[in-house]
Amino acid sequence: MNSNILQVRDLRVIYYTRQGALRAVNDISFDLQVGERLGLVGESGSGKSTTAQALMRLIKPPGKIESGQVLLNDLSLLGLSDERMRQVRLAEIALVSQGAMNSLNPVARVRGQIEDALRDHGVKLNRRERAEWIGELLQRVGLPQTAADMYPHELSGGMKQRVCIAIAICLKPKVIIADEPTSALDVVVQRQVMETLETLRAELGASVILIGHDMGLMAQTVARVGVMYAGDLVEMGGVEDLFSEPLHPYTRLLMASLPSLEQKEAARGIPGLAPSLLNRPEGCPFHPRCPEALDRCLVVEPKLQTVRPNRSVACHLHGALSAAREAS
Amino acid sequence: MTALIEARHLTKVFGEGFFRRSNPLVALDDLSLTIEEAPPAITTIVGESGSGKTTFARLILGLTTPTHGQVCYRGVDLRQLDRNQRRQFLREVQVIFQDPYEVYNPFYRVDHVLQEAISNFGLAKTKAQGQNLIVEALVSVGLRPEETLGRYPHQLSGGQRQRVMVARALLLRPRLIIADEPVSMIDASLRATVIDSLKALNRQFGISLIYITHDLTTAYQMSENIVVLYRGAVAEVGDVEWVVKKPEHPYTRLLIGSIPQPDPKHPWERKEKLSDTTGNGRLERQGCHFADRCPNVMPMCRQKPPPLYQTAPHRATACYLYRDSPAAASEKLNDVFAPPR
Repeated sequence: MNSNILQVRDLRVIYYTRQGALRAVNDISFDLQVGERLGLVGESGSGKSTTAQALMRLIKPPGKIESGQVLLNDLSLLGLSDERMRQVRLAEIALVSQGAMNSLNPVARVRGQIEDALRDHGVKLNRRERAEWIGELLQRVGLPQTAADMYPHELSGGMKQRVCIAIAICLKPKVIIADEPTSALDVVVQRQVMETLETLRAELGASVILIGHDMGLMAQTVARVGVMYAGDLVEMGGVEDLFSEPLHPYTRLLMASLPSLEQKEAARGIPGLAPSLLNRPEGCPFHPRCPEALDRCLVVEPKLQTVRPNRSVACHLHGALSAAREAS
Repeated sequence: MTALIEARHLTKVFGEGFFRRSNPLVALDDLSLTIEEAPPAITTIVGESGSGKTTFARLILGLTTPTHGQVCYRGVDLRQLDRNQRRQFLREVQVIFQDPYEVYNPFYRVDHVLQEAISNFGLAKTKAQGQNLIVEALVSVGLRPEETLGRYPHQLSGGQRQRVMVARALLLRPRLIIADEPVSMIDASLRATVIDSLKALNRQFGISLIYITHDLTTAYQMSENIVVLYRGAVAEVGDVEWVVKKPEHPYTRLLIGSIPQPDPKHPWERKEKLSDTTGNGRLERQGCHFADRCPNVMPMCRQKPPPLYQTAPHRATACYLYRDSPAAASEKLNDVFAPPR
């Protein structure tokens, strides 16, 4: 029995813009286990949201999933017909997107919007059963039953985001992708929403992919983290390992840039700019900003490789280390 | 000496007046704060959405008129400034807004927003002189002019765009900069650069700052004194070291406890049950605004709003838990502030 619910292999997404082909997601591979909480973290433009959309097959032209494979329980998502994919979406794999709370229909009550999702996926329930199920969904996301008959403008941001989570789970999907679900909310509400999501994950036995740029939120909510830079997955590991000993220089700088509550010190920003994806630097995409760049980094692009159990990194510093060990 | 900016009993109520709503919204409730010209200080206003912090900024800038109370610039009410005073006010008090994407006209190069400031205030006699001022300002905020000038806004990162705005404010040599959530739209990795530029302005050019945010971590890094707002009223005020390390007001404790620490070994505390916010700031009660969410609520909290109790030389808390301490007058917030370090 395969314990991976989702397997992503060499996923590549390209946007064909007038200025040229832009590689937003560059051959990334990862697995998601049943019930696992995985985080994907990176700066804006690192390809993390594109990855989420690619997994849902929601990439729109001029973007295109160029190559790769996405296996959901041995079902190859990229090979499905559009109609079959529409059925799989929400039923098997659901997305809570960044501005989800602004995507609610302002002139429809919450109840109607959940009913729409059920109807579109051919759920046949009579009126009473449907009302019961909607009531249960709202209760699960911590909203009062009365919320069903409210309009979105009557709800606060956090409550709207929870309505979106309720819609996302209404068919009990196996994988929930949450793309910056709390970036527009303040800390207290953010915590409530994240705790709601975690409770649901445990109850439904679903797996969650959390996408965001907040390292703090990752530390609090996921078990494994992947770090993305310029469309590449540059480091991956268990959250405690990765935070206590970041291997990639980018991850290290990302951590050092976080302001602390413990002591006043100059938090260091990362020097330089994220590269334009139109003209990726030769070799390692991070080398222009990397304080530890070697000659090799300017020419040879490092591949993500396992350097120790459950830790992989795409960096010549560590590749060299393991190669040297093999040689000796 | 008259203060640079003095907010006296500022109150803003929305939804009153001719088209009366059934339930007016009190956005800001009796806030008094003084910004002296010297020594330059950094004061943070922190609170969640709907706490009235942006309303406060707009009142200080004269973009909104207060319902009660007044804002004085060098002793004169903002509404009564004459032409010259108003010009001086517009120059000496600058603002940096939250969204570094929306303040630019995408069809102009970023130079435009800087040249505009120079020509509006006649800062330079010749073009070359103006260019020198621009280069100087950009260097002061840590940008390389040759990499910044001549570019369009979309060619810069969010952090760079925001620093160009800081440079623009700096060109005018203001006495006070109001920064309303300047880093909330910027990637965490770039926030440090903007914060550093703002702090440098304060140190090198002696500019006072009002830093408005919902993020206590950057508030702690930025400022000396902090005012915590909750639904328009001051919850806690004082020296940032104390307020952040040993918060007193239950709301401040909730805020600090909810910050996701970037350390998996320090998980969120799950002690208190988080009660829900209904999201509308309508006040139907008489008492403490936080009473409905407060884990320590007492009957007296629902009767009368608590005054500020001065619990230490440099801090005060509006909470009945500290009613044994002497009450501080609401217009004396500045007395509680720690002197600039």
